[in-house]
Amino acid sequence: MNESTDRRISAMNDDLALPRKNGELVFEAPWQARAFGLAVALNEQGTYPWSDFSVELTREIATAEEANEPSTYYQRWLATLENLVIARGLITRAEFEAMIRQEALHDDHDHHDHDHHDQHSSDQSPGI
Amino acid sequence: MTQTEDRDDHIDAEVDAALRAKALESLLIEKGLISTDLIDEVVRQYEEDIGPLNGARVVARAWQDSSYREWLLKDGTAAIADMGYIGRQGADMVVLENTPTVHNLVVCTLCSCYPWPVLGLPPNWYKSFAYRSRAVREPRTVLREFGLEIAESVEVRVWDSNSEVRYMVLPEQPAGCEALSEEALVSLISRDAMIGVAKVESPNPDGVEQ
Repeated sequence: MNESTDRRISAMNDDLALPRKNGELVFEAPWQARAFGLAVALNEQGTYPWSDFSVELTREIATAEEANEPSTYYQRWLATLENLVIARGLITRAEFEAMIRQEALHDDHDHHDHDHHDQHSSDQSPGI
Repeated sequence: MTQTEDRDDHIDAEVDAALRAKALESLLIEKGLISTDLIDEVVRQYEEDIGPLNGARVVARAWQDSSYREWLLKDGTAAIADMGYIGRQGADMVVLENTPTVHNLVVCTLCSCYPWPVLGLPPNWYKSFAYRSRAVREPRTVLREFGLEIAESVEVRVWDSNSEVRYMVLPEQPAGCEALSEEALVSLISRDAMIGVAKVESPNPDGVEQ
């Protein structure tokens, strides 16, 4: 095992110190909660069986880990969801890309001087 | 690559993900495929209602009621649903009993399958590559890093979750808490004990009734 893996597992104890109650911090940024909620809501209303999402997420994580990508868990979750709704024909990649451009313009317009640093917790460890 | 560049890449990836998540939600709403209210409700449930307290109530009931315990070990899905904790992801719940001779440990080696209805969403370490790969290979070492020393005479069983079956550990009831109320027992039972990386500690350090 390499040194960075050692460091990662030794960091497990920090998380253990989290308060054990309902409502503990489960998302590190608002978009993670939205991506989680979206995937689960689509399943709950019957758009796809959960096993479809789960199989794709497994594949996404395996591919990212084999390639040593530094992407985080919810980035992989989101990529899984994007691919799944496109594969099932709910949306097309072209209209999704168009919507991303539209949201980016909207974002620029609304928050000209906002600081991206405040969008996520400052000390996430990459790869976890 | 310098640490600053690493960090900038990480921030860019986060900003990009936030944008993509927003665009995906907007598009699905625009097409009438999902409602904001349903997403809000799912997020609220997982942030506020669904968490390890559910599992702790299941364990406390099993400790106090031997027929419930028997049912729980035989048909975890039904016995847990009886408490009102129902998963909509279609996975079966299997409850694993820790005994003086067997210690159970739960992992999902491939992704992050976890018993949501009883434990809520998994902690970050459960999703980490380190835990997922090492729990199967060297469970005793991993447990030691969590501060749990398992005697050589005790068999360690590792259970790999998947989308069809989710596991939860029924921890051993510590000595000295036979007279406690269900509510008092619930407060002793941690999330980590139900994953199998901790034990439930006796309310009296020596296990002696006061």
